[in-house]
Amino acid sequence: MGVGIEVSALNAWYGANHTLQDINLNIPANHATALIGPSGCGKSTFVRCLNRMHETNPIARVTGTVRIGDLDIYNDAKPVEIRRRVGMVFQRPNPFPTMSIYDNVAAGLKLNGYTNRHVLDEIVEKSLKNSALWDEVKDDLRKKSGASLSGGQQQRLCIARALAVDPEVLLMDEPASALDPVSTSKIEDLIFQLKSQYTIVIVTHNMQQAARVAEKTGFFLNGRMVEFDSTHKIFTNPSDKRTEDYITGRFG
Amino acid sequence: MATGLAILSTILVVAPLVAIFVYLIYKGASSLSLAFFTQIPKPEGEPGGGMANAIAGSAVLLVLASAIGIPIGISGGVFLAEFGRGTRLANAIRFTADVLNGVPSIVMGIAVYSLIVYRQKHFSAFSGGVALGIMMIPTVTRTTEEMLLMVPHAVREAALALGVPNWRSVLSITVKTASPGIITGCMLAFARVAGETAPLIFTALGNSNWSANLNEPIAALPLQIYTYAISPYDDLHRLAWAGALVLIILIVAAVSLVRFVASRGVLKGAS
Repeated sequence: MGVGIEVSALNAWYGANHTLQDINLNIPANHATALIGPSGCGKSTFVRCLNRMHETNPIARVTGTVRIGDLDIYNDAKPVEIRRRVGMVFQRPNPFPTMSIYDNVAAGLKLNGYTNRHVLDEIVEKSLKNSALWDEVKDDLRKKSGASLSGGQQQRLCIARALAVDPEVLLMDEPASALDPVSTSKIEDLIFQLKSQYTIVIVTHNMQQAARVAEKTGFFLNGRMVEFDSTHKIFTNPSDKRTEDYITGRFG
Repeated sequence: MATGLAILSTILVVAPLVAIFVYLIYKGASSLSLAFFTQIPKPEGEPGGGMANAIAGSAVLLVLASAIGIPIGISGGVFLAEFGRGTRLANAIRFTADVLNGVPSIVMGIAVYSLIVYRQKHFSAFSGGVALGIMMIPTVTRTTEEMLLMVPHAVREAALALGVPNWRSVLSITVKTASPGIITGCMLAFARVAGETAPLIFTALGNSNWSANLNEPIAALPLQIYTYAISPYDDLHRLAWAGALVLIILIVAAVSLVRFVASRGVLKGAS
């Protein structure tokens, strides 16, 4: 089951660049929350702070607190433990090129020392079904490489890979921006199904996509969060002038 | 026009290889016989004899050299690309590897001679293997590093985002993804030292009899070719040509075999 995320006084830097300034927000459990905003506004940095991927860059720095469920992720646990609870899907599909479809999905478990073949088989099947890819690949799970799939299939494979480690939260950083419209709509359908089991945070530059999949939407601008509210409110009656300017297409 | 130039360049690149091969077949093939592969050299003046002990000796030396050069070389490359990036130690290692790559092979022979042979007071297969192994290190290290750096950042991120510790991600994902290139680097180093003569003159020395003892001098194909080629006898010259042909064929066979075995592990559609 998904858990809520509480962010308070979050600041992030890349070198001297203050990319996130004093972010406070509560992301509800088992819902999809969209983050929108122009390029460079800090929305990707923000999601990377939620699984501590931000700090894989040596010049990056973070202050503030992030609680995921009852876990204070910057004080109570190591990054690798957080990342097992908070899955991530990237902008470009990034399956492991030398691995079969099966091994791609099982990678997170296998690389963390999980070896029970029987259980792995079950988890791989369940994850691929959850990511709506099972029917397309079930006959060549071990024969084909993950890289041989189409772009949209690869992205669903990456979703299955993230789901296989049984996370509570799923972060998606513009998951459909490199995909064609048909694949995009498959990913969106998937988000709809997955949010009953996981808390989903999706970064998107596509406002229609935010409106279609998310109950809550946050608008980021220049490293600050301008407004956070129900998606309906953000797109029909935003409180802040800058949000209105952005969604009506006056900039961005 | 561009296509024409490309074809011309291709011919220019391939021509020397083909020419050498054809010339070796022309000069050496007639001296190849079963005896060449089964007999050891006859005493001077007697006709016949083969290079069986030199072929086996080369195999021993190359296995020894690979056992030394490949693990050290790959570890060095992994350190340079993954763990030590940007550190002074890494820069020092990279510089050393590049210098080592430029050290003439005869100097490598003398160095190993003074380090091992001189102290042990005898020539040995072991010292020959060490000399060749050290020569493999820089090539393996630098190609491993280059190949690892070519692995896309997105692939590393994917592993880290699954909660895989960095060291595990490096060994199981990055190195595995780069393995075709790393294997090519090892093969390159192998093929290079397989034909080395100079470092063996001071170390393995050569042997006209069978020897499987690593503490004794051992025969090697390049050494045997050298010995025969500078001898005054025509039939020994012919054997030297045959030896050169066999050396090239064995190198091509070894490289092809490793590539074939390595490619069988690759799945459909993998790049």
